Formats: sequence, structure tokens, C-alpha cells
Amino acid sequence: MAKDDVKQAYKLVGTRVLRPDGLDKVTGRARYGADFAMPGMLYGAVARSPHAHARIVSIDASKALALDGVKAVVTRADLPEGLTGEDWNLQENAMAGEVALYDGHAVAAVAATSALLAKDAARLIEVDYEVLPHVTDVDEAMKPDAPVIRPGAADHTVPDGMPPNVVKYFEFGRGDVEAGFAQADLVRERTYRTEATHQGYIEPQACVGQLGSDGKGEMWVTTQGQWYVRKMCADLLGLGVAQLRVTPSEIGGGFGGKTTVFMEPLSLALSRKAGGRPVKLVMDRAEVLRATGPTASASMDVKIGMKADGTMTAARAEFRMQGGAFPGSPVNEALECAFAPYKLAAVEHIGYDVLANRPKAAAYRAPGAPMGAFAAESLIDEMARELGLDPIELRLLNVVEEGDRSSYGPKFKRIGLREVLEATKVHPNFSVPLGPNQGRGVATGFWFNYNGDTSVSMAIAEDGTAQVAVGTPDIGGGRASIGLMVAETLGVPYEAVRINVVETGALGINEPTHGSRATFATGKAAVLATEQATREMCRRAAADWGIDPDAVEWVEGAAQPAGPNAGKFPPMSIAEIAGNMSNTGGPIAGHWEGVPRGVGASFGTHVADVEVDPETGRVTVLRYLVVQDAGRAIQPDYVEGQYQGGAVQGIGWALNEGYVYGADGRLQNAGFLDYRIPVASDLPMIDTVIVEVPNPGHPFGVRGVGETGITPPLPAIANAVAAATGVRLADLPMNPPRVLAAIRSRMDD
Amino acid sequence: MTTIRVTTEVNGDRVEFLADPRETLLDVLRDKLGLTGSKEGCGTGDCGACSVLLDGRLVSSCLVLGVEAEGRKVETIEGMAPGEELHPLQRKFLEHAALQCGFCTPGFLVASKALLERNPDPTEEEVRYWLAGNLCRCTGYDKIVRAVLDAAAEMRGAG
Amino acid sequence: MIEVNLWSGLRHVTGGATVVEVEGATVGAVLDALVAAHPGLAPFIEAGVSVAVDGEIITGDRFAEVPDGAEVFLMQRLKGG
Ligand code: FES
Ligand code: FES
Repeated sequence: MAKDDVKQAYKLVGTRVLRPDGLDKVTGRARYGADFAMPGMLYGAVARSPHAHARIVSIDASKALALDGVKAVVTRADLPEGLTGEDWNLQENAMAGEVALYDGHAVAAVAATSALLAKDAARLIEVDYEVLPHVTDVDEAMKPDAPVIRPGAADHTVPDGMPPNVVKYFEFGRGDVEAGFAQADLVRERTYRTEATHQGYIEPQACVGQLGSDGKGEMWVTTQGQWYVRKMCADLLGLGVAQLRVTPSEIGGGFGGKTTVFMEPLSLALSRKAGGRPVKLVMDRAEVLRATGPTASASMDVKIGMKADGTMTAARAEFRMQGGAFPGSPVNEALECAFAPYKLAAVEHIGYDVLANRPKAAAYRAPGAPMGAFAAESLIDEMARELGLDPIELRLLNVVEEGDRSSYGPKFKRIGLREVLEATKVHPNFSVPLGPNQGRGVATGFWFNYNGDTSVSMAIAEDGTAQVAVGTPDIGGGRASIGLMVAETLGVPYEAVRINVVETGALGINEPTHGSRATFATGKAAVLATEQATREMCRRAAADWGIDPDAVEWVEGAAQPAGPNAGKFPPMSIAEIAGNMSNTGGPIAGHWEGVPRGVGASFGTHVADVEVDPETGRVTVLRYLVVQDAGRAIQPDYVEGQYQGGAVQGIGWALNEGYVYGADGRLQNAGFLDYRIPVASDLPMIDTVIVEVPNPGHPFGVRGVGETGITPPLPAIANAVAAATGVRLADLPMNPPRVLAAIRSRMDD
Repeated sequence: MTTIRVTTEVNGDRVEFLADPRETLLDVLRDKLGLTGSKEGCGTGDCGACSVLLDGRLVSSCLVLGVEAEGRKVETIEGMAPGEELHPLQRKFLEHAALQCGFCTPGFLVASKALLERNPDPTEEEVRYWLAGNLCRCTGYDKIVRAVLDAAAEMRGAG
Repeated sequence: MIEVNLWSGLRHVTGGATVVEVEGATVGAVLDALVAAHPGLAPFIEAGVSVAVDGEIITGDRFAEVPDGAEVFLMQRLKGG
């Protein structure tokens, strides 16, 4: 689609309509994962390893099974053997085989007639462990003498001679970085560390699974992607994929953490063993923190060369990340995003994906990008200060634009980073005077955005209203934005369209609501499906008028002759055509399946103002500004909401959140009291500016807004703390003890 | 298993149930009374998703035992808009897009209602501190705080 | 002729080359031609790659067109949260 085809003026797109699922959600009626109940339902509970690394010598469930009301116990022996690759990883993570690989790793599960009974029974399962040496820190895990977590787990990417816990190796770049550093007036090299954080969705994982001895099953589950759940559960249990029907509930947050399975397959295994009775499994918060997928922890070296005017001459990044006891930390994405905002002639990236005795990492909002941005943007800020340069001007000097080669290889299509930086520069927050112990930090971040498998079906009802079946669960107003785009295309009121998030039996495969894809990919597919239906309605009108269908066009909710030569007929409205459809050839529907092309990348710049208490080390965020290119904001409230939510998750990551493992390898803070996410009283209002540089690859110019917002906060806060205190913290989180220690060490100098 | 017979009032209706003495009020509301609007985010009093009013006092229902409800009055999200009209807070949450996933929303609404009953004209800071026991991971709180302040203003105007 | 830019970590299976010239009018044809030219690339491509064609990152579509003279980059497959 040519750029000019992206229309500029709309009736509905861009308006702040109410969300269609809102009433259910403010009255408590909306049904989330744990809100389902089925006749004959049993309750499950999971027994978990208290050890970070231990051989499972034996499991004795006889005492549990002796309890009245206990119907089934499953262990790994109840799951099929012979899986390979990621299927094996998922199965091993859902239920330990020979070795428990982390504190919280599932070793057995039980189903009983009440939730309390199931918990009692799980405690009675006796597991004999032989404790093994463990490692939880990424740098420790890379040492040659570190405990080996899984011998032979390295794949084809890992050159000979690497430490045994390195399971993937990445290397990409271009140009002569050494020559680039030689041309620079200032070269700096630093090491940064970030701790693992959790997505922290408030709704724990929950499902009801039912599986009969005929291999047919159903599941009701909170998930970002019902087809992913279906495929993973079917593979892990050896079922035919289409025999499992998965219905998504409303979802209480996911942020990437609900794109995969943890205990869901166990509910099906328990159900099968309990004669096909449905089994409900709901995690508690400690289970969520110990045994779902947090993000990776990282240790990162960055080296950058700059001319005295701020021109970047070369950059190098070497990142190490552990994503738990399985391959899959987002080290590659972290590297690809780290320098993406900058034009670079010479750049080198090296990455190591490392195993450690921690839970299997899952995606977390722009996976990897926040860590990469923290390392790169912290160093850029430090160098800008050393050279006496303005942080926005420095970024504008090196800014990437359409046609520039990205740090990760390909040339950029139309992007809006320059527009974002210009909008930041003129925002009033940027010129508020600061007081003592206060500092301002600026940082930029990037995310690719994504498309993925998409299938959408829409149909016209008898009265000319429309229903749309989509496969991407609505996490933050997706129904509203898709409804607006369909109504705009159809030329009907927003209220005339109902968006239904459907079960797996109703559509072809859909990837989850991830990669910031729902408004881009599902939205584009819904528009294309709607256009198929409007073509059919034009055809019906043409047949009625006895003219060529090509001579009919769809305008504002009606078919009308395309020009004066087509004939003189009054417009035929959607209600009229729909009311007649049973007499003119039957149902009118449209669908679209495929991988929508034309993804548009997005950049954002954040400005954080903080005050640091020199007595306690406590950092208070005074003001916070998010400026981000949305391409097009379909419903601006929910775009702002994504910006604000992403920023606050990043603020939590920067200041407070982090997994704390004891010397025994056990998670020390498996609850919201100690794993402290930001609360209302920690924060100011989060100011937002929506920049709109339309993406030519989407009918309304959408880029996707969910993920970019979490990429700049880590460095923006770190840069602000450095400005306020004169000391730079290279390790996250910047909690009060760490900040205080840094301030004291400066005073000692 | 010994269960205890409990008689209580929920959203103005007299109800009876049999509770295991270990069951929380939240368990009872959700599993025995079919009132699943109150949510469990933590079970340890740290997230506020289970907020209800017990004899008019804001509590985390995950920290109250079901048997403690004997003879008392419980108000949940389901009772907030008994008729067709929404409570102003519910309407303002919708208008301000103060929810994304909506899982925290029932708890925020119940807690905000308790705040405005005590303090009809709270400052932004008072709203933020009152709601500090309610976790929201989606919104960054900005639109929630605006919705509560706006509802308070409207209710003052009406009253 | 299509010039395919590989990530530098692939040098050890391409005899040091990071740019490989192949014939192919679709993403699939280009990937197959790459494996034919350098069989050591097979496991990398089977593990899943994204292919950027003239700046557009294409995942999961072997039939996507690759115009003659297009700039092609091989990338590790992306994931989203
Ligand atoms: S569930 Fe009661 S406070 Fe979290
Ligand atoms: S809206 Fe999702 S937790 Fe608040």
C-alpha cells in the first residue's frame, strides 16, 4: 500500500469510545480464569521441589491417595516420552523428570473433591531428593567449574570450547569496530547488570481442563493465546491438536507471561486419570513467582566510541543472559534493540544464552529490549555528560530515519524517531527547573512490533449489525480498537459491531496477543475481512439493480452506484441488504487468514525527573514523560494506557523489582510483599504524547503500541539518578540500600 | 471434615452457607455463593483484588475467614450497582479508561467507594495513599486516580 | 541474483563468508539456495529464521516474494511479549 493510501480523516478511528466489555468489568461479571466452574469438577494442586537442583530418587503418593476424596495423582510417568526440542522443554518444565531444576519445579500433581483437600494431599506426597550443587547467577553459571545443569544442551550455534551452560551463541554486526573506536574522541566501556523481574500480572494462572479416554478434551483458561495453549497441551500429552478445544477467559494481564503453558497440561493429565472429570488448577502468588516464567537476568558489557560533537563512530555489546534451566533467554532481541535508535557504520554484537537453576523464562513485554536499552542508553548518557552535550541533541545527531541501516542489519522503513525526539524537546516537562538532589534522565527505546498467524471471521446479522470473531484475547482494550476499525470500514456506528474473542474451534490458528500485534494484525485482518463482506454486499446490490458489480461501491454503510455512468439508483443500506440476505443468496460474511504484511517498528523517548533522598537512598519519581510513535492511535485512551503501564512496569524494574535468591538457591521473595511492584503512592501522573507517523503497511497506519513503552524506563531512571547524585548505578534494581551505598562511596572518594 | 453453618448478609440479601473453618471469606464468596467479582491476586493481603466491605469497613476478604462473616454485613462489587444505574465510580472508571485487563477493577472500585464515603473531597495524594493497598499492573494508576477524583467531584456536585 | 547478508556468527559454516549470492524469487527459494550453497546453514535455518527483504522482516512465509536485486538479511526468529 502506498503511503498516500493511509487516510487522514476518520469518523470513528481516533475517538475515545467506551470499551464494549467495560460494563462487565466494572460490575464484577466478567469471567476470568479462576471464575469457571463445571459440573463434577475436581480441584488440583501441585507438589513442587523445595530445592534448586536435585535428583528425584522416588515419589510416594500412597498417603495422598489414601485420603478420602483424592481422585488422581500424576507424575512425569503419566506424560508421554520421546518429545524433542521446545516440546520437551515445555514438558520438562511442566513436570520434572529425573531432576528438579529449580526451586518450585513441579514434581507431582493431585486432583481431589475440594481445593483444601487437594492442597492437603499435595503436602502428603513424599519425594526423596538427592540434592545437587546449583547455580542461579548468570556470570557464575558461565564459569568453567559451575554446576552443569544439562550436559549436551548446547545447540548448533555454540562453538567448541564454550562453558557447558552456554546453550546458544549469537554474533552479528558489520563494519570495522576497532577502526571506529580509533576514530573516536571518547571511548568508554562499562558492565551493567539487571535482575530477573516478573510480569506481575495480578491474575494468577488458572484453568479448568477436561480430557476423556477418547482423547477429546476441553479447556477454559486465562491465556494470551488459546491456539498456543491447545498446541502445547496436545503435544505434551500426545493428543491430536484439533481434538482439544480451548476457550479463553477474560485475561487479568499477561505481558508475555501467558503466551505459554505451565500447569495447564497437568489439569488435562489429572482429568484423564480421574475418569474425565474436569479439573480446576489455580496457582497461588508464590507459585506464580516461583514457577511461571519471569524474564531473564543479564550481565552486559557495552563499549561506544564518540566524536567530540557526539557522533557515534562504533559500538560493541556483549550480553550474557540466563533464562532459567532451559534455552530461550531473549539475549538476541536485547542485542538487536540496544543500538537500534542510532546510525552506526560499525557495530558488533555477541550474546550468550546461559542455563541456571531458575524457572524457565517467558516473554516479558518487548523481551530483552529493556535490558539492552539499559546498558546502551546508560553509557550514551554518561558519555554525553562527559562531552557536555544535550541528550536530545545527541540523539538527533545520530538518529535513524527511513532508509538508514539499522544496527541489526536491514534498512528501516518509515519510522518516527526524529518526530518523537522533536516532540520531547518542546514538551513543558523538559524545561521544568530542578531543585537540589533532583535529576532528569532521558532515554530512547525501540521495539520491532510483529504480525504472526492471524485468522479473523466477520458476519453481517439480519438487521445490518456485525459480529467479528477474533483470536487475540483482549488485554487492554483490543475489542474497542478492532470494533472502531471495523465500524469505520463498514460505515456503521461503533455500537453496531460486536467483537467476540472466540475459542479454538471457531477459527484457523492465531498467534497470541503478543508482539504488540493485536491492533496491527488482528485489526488489519478484520478490516480485510470486512472489505470482503462489503464487496459481497455491493454484488448483491448490483444484482438487484442489474448492473455490473464493479460499478458499485461501498460508501458510508451503503452500496451505491460508483459513478454517473453506473446508473441512477438510491443507495442501498446495509440494513436493507442484510434484511434481504436470505432471499438474495444467503449469509453474508467475510474472513481473512494469513500473516499480515507491513509491520511498522516503533520508537519512544522517556524523560524521568527524580529526587534522591541522600539520607536513605530512596528514589522518588517526580515527573515522568512518555513520547512514543503509535503510527495511528485508534482509541487514544488505550494507547496512553499502554504507554503509562509500560513506563510503570519499567520504573518498578529500575527501582525495586528483582528476584532474590538465597545461597540455598531458593527464591526469597515469592510474594507481593517482598516482590514489590509499584503502588499508586509511589508514582506521579504519567504524562504522554502520542506521536503519529502512520505505518504505510496498515490500512489505518497502526504500528502497535504495547511493548516499546517498557524499553526506555530502566535507563531513563538510571540517568536521572546519575544526574541527581553524581553517581551512576550499573546494577538494577536501584533500591534504597544500593543507592545509599553508591552515594556514600562517592563521598568517600 | 467439620463445617460450620454461617448466616450473614451479602449485598443486602440474607445468605447461609457451610464453611470449612479454614476457608476464607473470599473462598466462600467465590466458590460457595457464586460471587466471583472479588478476585484473588495474592491470598496474602498484598494486592487488594479481593477488597470487600465488612460492616462498612474495607477489608481484604482473603484475610477474613468465612466463619467470621456470621451475623455481619458484606458488600461486594456485585452490590455496587444494584439497579440499572451504575455507581458514579463505575461510570468514571469506564469514561476514563481506568481499566485495561480489568482484574484489579472490582477491588479498586470497592476501595474507592470506601474512601469517598469517608472523605468526599480527597486530594490526589490522599487517593494515591488510600489506594496503595490495591495493585494494578496494567495502567500505571494514572487513569484510575483521575477517575476517582472525577467521581468524587461529581458526587459532591450531586450531593 | 540476490545478495543475502548473514549474521557474522554464521561465518564458521560458510567458509568465512557473511554475504552469499544466490538465485531465488521467494523467501523459501532463497533459503533453499543458501543451504545448497552452504549445507552447514541447514540447522540454523531449520531452527527458525526471519528474513528481512528490503527492510521488511518476514517471518513464517516461504512464498513471500523476493524481487531481483532486493536487499536480504537473515535474522534470528523474533519473539514478542
Ligand atoms: S487476594 Fe486478598 S489482598 Fe490479594
Ligand atoms: S487493569 Fe489489569 S491489573 Fe489493573
